[in-house]
Amino acid sequence: MISPADIDRIFRDEAGRALATLIRLVGDFDLAEDALQDAFAVAVERWSTCEVPDNPRAWLVNIGRNKAIDRIRRRAVFRAKQQALVHELELNAHAPDEPPAMLDDDMLRLIFTCCHPAFAPEVQVALTLRTVCGLSTAQVARAFLVSEEAMSQRLVRAKQKIRLAGIPYEVPERDALAPRLDGVLAVIYLVFTEGYVATSGADLMRPDLAIEAIRLGRLLDRLMPDRAGIKGLLALMLLHDARRAGRETAAGDIVLLEEQDRTLWDRAQIEEGLLLVDDALRTPGRPQPYAVQAAIAALHARAPSYAQTDWPQIAGLYEVLLRINPSAVIELNHAAAVSMVDGPGRALDLVDAIAARGALEGYEMLPAVRADLLRRLGRKDEARAAYRAATEATQLEPLRRLYARRMNELG
Amino acid sequence: MQYLLLIYRNEAELSKMTPEDRQKMSAEYGTYTQSIVQSGHFKAGDGLQPTTTATTVRVREGKTLTTDGPFAETREQLGGYYLVEAKDLDAAIALAARIPGARDGSIEVRPVMIYK
Repeated sequence: MISPADIDRIFRDEAGRALATLIRLVGDFDLAEDALQDAFAVAVERWSTCEVPDNPRAWLVNIGRNKAIDRIRRRAVFRAKQQALVHELELNAHAPDEPPAMLDDDMLRLIFTCCHPAFAPEVQVALTLRTVCGLSTAQVARAFLVSEEAMSQRLVRAKQKIRLAGIPYEVPERDALAPRLDGVLAVIYLVFTEGYVATSGADLMRPDLAIEAIRLGRLLDRLMPDRAGIKGLLALMLLHDARRAGRETAAGDIVLLEEQDRTLWDRAQIEEGLLLVDDALRTPGRPQPYAVQAAIAALHARAPSYAQTDWPQIAGLYEVLLRINPSAVIELNHAAAVSMVDGPGRALDLVDAIAARGALEGYEMLPAVRADLLRRLGRKDEARAAYRAATEATQLEPLRRLYARRMNELG
Repeated sequence: MQYLLLIYRNEAELSKMTPEDRQKMSAEYGTYTQSIVQSGHFKAGDGLQPTTTATTVRVREGKTLTTDGPFAETREQLGGYYLVEAKDLDAAIALAARIPGARDGSIEVRPVMIYK
């Protein structure tokens, strides 16, 4: 006998992979999704009364394939092309199980299709969470803070585009692979950052999204081994997420790195992250931005305390990042590191130079970093004004409370 | 599948081209067209006269209304098109990326509707 919770867990683990193979077999996203739902329904009925099959994924794909055949047959207009498909599906049903490499390819096909650059970034993220991670439409809607109906519409339109625009269900060819893989990594990173610090709402973090992103990173690292970009991103996520328990109080208030109880950090996850960083940095070729960011996170993870952190090396790594991947956000982070090496005065000059260029207009962390530097310089009135600006710029409640606390301390 | 590759570019910029540059651009388009005819992707393709020659037609309450020029003021204008046969969107994107106009303007890739 098996509990409903166990069945749920199996579905959650196998949904993405079973779907990936079904899409290849039936050549249609919607049909594959419906057939998989049918297979889940059969599984709930059968598995709760007898044994779970040894290979639940193969079982689900088999039942799903049969259900797809039923569904095609039931359609009002039964065209010749579909007849051929049914024939092919029935033939395959008797073939021996497919080699694991083929099934891994299916998963990669699904990932690359969901992260196709023909979709807007937020659509890529939604499609990936829904189909690769197997989140329900309601869960994806919650992650984006939109209504379930709106999200359902967005997903329907995306799947329509796959079909009507002819987005291929394929892993890109050699030349196109590198830029497309960058796109996939960007989607995983987007999911993670939203989990690490939410854009708005009552909670600082959305651990479910961070965990999903790490799962995706692990999966991709297994499917496409020895890629520095993947290893770097996975390391970055593991190292940041390892600090989770120390980053907020029971009441949901932010605890800054400076004040965190480092015994709350997940040491095992840090060890895993550190090994991956070394791997990523050792891979020949141009340093990957995610790997360099992970190296910065590794220095924080290794430091016995905030004061004993290797700030000069962190500032240096930000300079490396600025060379390979220039961005004003990295400049701002670099300035914060410089404040720990050369003092807040020097850092404030850098921040004011970024602000003067207007490069980060509307970016909520700009006034927050300025406020912190002004506070440390004892320029109380300017610091208060900057905290007020930071408060207005954010929609995240715990950040607002942090700024209010700081303003109070300034008197 | 068939895709319409719509070539948008800035007419104001284009009108400032020197005769030599214009000739060079025509030659590039010629080479490109030849290559996709040879590879079997080409179905049709034309350049269009500038939007100063355009007329927009609408029928409202049974009356035909014509106005001068295109409907909206935009930064880029439709200047030509290719109709191509391609196996999927990635193949169509690769064809679009080789159109000379993609370097200064933009190419809209639209799958052609199939009526059953």
